[in-house]
Amino acid sequence: MKPDEENITWVREPRLGLLGRSYLMLFLQGLTTTLRHFFSRKITVQSPEERHEMPDPSIYRGVHRLNRDEQGRVKCVACFLCATACPAHCIDIVAAESPWPDREKYPQSFTIDELRCIFCGMCEEACPVDAIELTGLYDLTGKSREEMIFDKQKLLSVYDQTKDAEPMRTMRVKGRGTRGEG
Amino acid sequence: MFSSRRHDGLRDVRAAVPAAAKRGIMFLSILASLLKIAVLLGLLMTAAAYLVLVERWIAAWVQDRLGPNRVGVPLTGVRLFGLGQPVADGVKFMTKGEFTPSHVDRILYALAPIVIFAAAVSAFAVVPLGAVAPPRFWSEWFDVSGPIALSIAPGLDMGIVYIFAVGSVAVYGVVLGGWASNNKYSFFGAIRSSAQLISYEIPLGLGILGVILVGGSLRLDEIVLHQARSGAWNVVTQPLGFVVFCVAAFAEAARLPFDLPEAEQELVGGYHTEYLGIKLMLFMVAEFLHMVLAAFLIVILFLGGWHLWGLTGSAEAVAWPTALLRAVVLLTKVMAVILFFMFARWSWPRFRYDQLMNVAWKVMIPWGMINVVVVAAWMEYGGELADWMNMSNIPGLAIVGWGALLICWLATSIIDPTATDNKPRPELPHINDCVGQVPRT
Repeated sequence: MKPDEENITWVREPRLGLLGRSYLMLFLQGLTTTLRHFFSRKITVQSPEERHEMPDPSIYRGVHRLNRDEQGRVKCVACFLCATACPAHCIDIVAAESPWPDREKYPQSFTIDELRCIFCGMCEEACPVDAIELTGLYDLTGKSREEMIFDKQKLLSVYDQTKDAEPMRTMRVKGRGTRGEG
Repeated sequence: MFSSRRHDGLRDVRAAVPAAAKRGIMFLSILASLLKIAVLLGLLMTAAAYLVLVERWIAAWVQDRLGPNRVGVPLTGVRLFGLGQPVADGVKFMTKGEFTPSHVDRILYALAPIVIFAAAVSAFAVVPLGAVAPPRFWSEWFDVSGPIALSIAPGLDMGIVYIFAVGSVAVYGVVLGGWASNNKYSFFGAIRSSAQLISYEIPLGLGILGVILVGGSLRLDEIVLHQARSGAWNVVTQPLGFVVFCVAAFAEAARLPFDLPEAEQELVGGYHTEYLGIKLMLFMVAEFLHMVLAAFLIVILFLGGWHLWGLTGSAEAVAWPTALLRAVVLLTKVMAVILFFMFARWSWPRFRYDQLMNVAWKVMIPWGMINVVVVAAWMEYGGELADWMNMSNIPGLAIVGWGALLICWLATSIIDPTATDNKPRPELPHINDCVGQVPRT
């Protein structure tokens, strides 16, 4: 099949002027660009000593946390919406009857395989009680695969660790309203 | 005026001394050569390792990064601006598992890095760092006279030809590596490389011819001496040859505007894609040595070698302090050229393959020929012309040389021989119409 010649408009690049064809301008242009950058301020962040400054950690999708309510209990009601929404099937919840009167179920165990997780944030979108959230922690490392499977205790401890730097979304909406959506 | 004088005083006296003394001098001469080889090899390896660091620094700084700045003294936390990085790199390369892919041609696969590395190193045998007058006790004890040349093979009358002969062996390393790897990308790299290196050897040679015509010798030390005596570097008198030689040297060293053999973005790594560990290191060191050699040749042939006005004098042999000063001047110039090589890598985009070939055959080779013709004509009729223009020889040649460069550059810009038309040609059969006729194997 030949290309449809009559429907094709050939656009030629404009012919360079004499100075352009002499290659001299390109020569100078390239050299001045590299020299300018050579002496300009470097943007490298020296990572272990300096930390990358995140403008707004609440929109970053890092390590998960399980939020606590005012009484320090896990907020999760074991509705399985996050596990259902998860495209990587990395959330595993075992529900049990709640010991507290304000809900029917609570998660007896709640594990996230951080190695399977693709950090898409669907769980956080799906959660009806804002119990699971992605934090701004971006340097997630471990020495074994087992270590990277986070259980309920670990996820709650991530909350304890980050709650001061990143307040819970619902709390913030009530307090200051920095985030547009509810 | 091809000189038959020997710089190596040890050889001069061989005929004049009895047999026992002859044996002693031969032993000494071999020992001296071995010593020079050891020193030069050590220097070259260290230089190549640290040039890798410099290259990485410049790459980083040009891209607004900091580059390697952490590895210093191990186990102490002392950083030394990352000066330990080459050692770490070397240890990493050497301690890596020596794995040979199962699909390669084992003999050629192992041979290729050795070929390219040996070719790159052996070219340095004739590179002169200058000559030093021997101290008096040396002449009295060993019964030798004449200056001691600071290079491994100082008496070689065909130095530049030797460098060319050895340098063109490097393409075998590349082709063997690409072929033995049994990998499409490696093979593409090798094929591109062989065509490119062979094409650019012609302008490389043409660029040198003018220098040899003026200098009257194939010996590198003689060429430097000629520039030092006249006080005008060849870049001043033959700018056209300088441009041709520089461009060809970039292409021969496969540095970035012409790094088609290994174009990372297109060919993974080119001819050394299948290599790892110490074999890959040999390839990389050889690449850097090619660049160092190209820088040395540019400096020696066109930028006056160890000569600097009012500082180094122009005598053939000098005492140690001046000889040392000459070596420093030479190495400073070489380093400056190498830095230019490294900056060029980030300054200009890579040529397309057809552009690369067009630059070689339609621009650089004609320019080189014009340079040779201009210089040869000046050697024949220059004296009369200079008399007629009422000036001495050197400024006359400089004016003619710069005029030739200007005219060539202008003519090339106007004619624009490298311009290409990418429009498909409808009169040719389309590839899909040919499918049925292509024999399938």
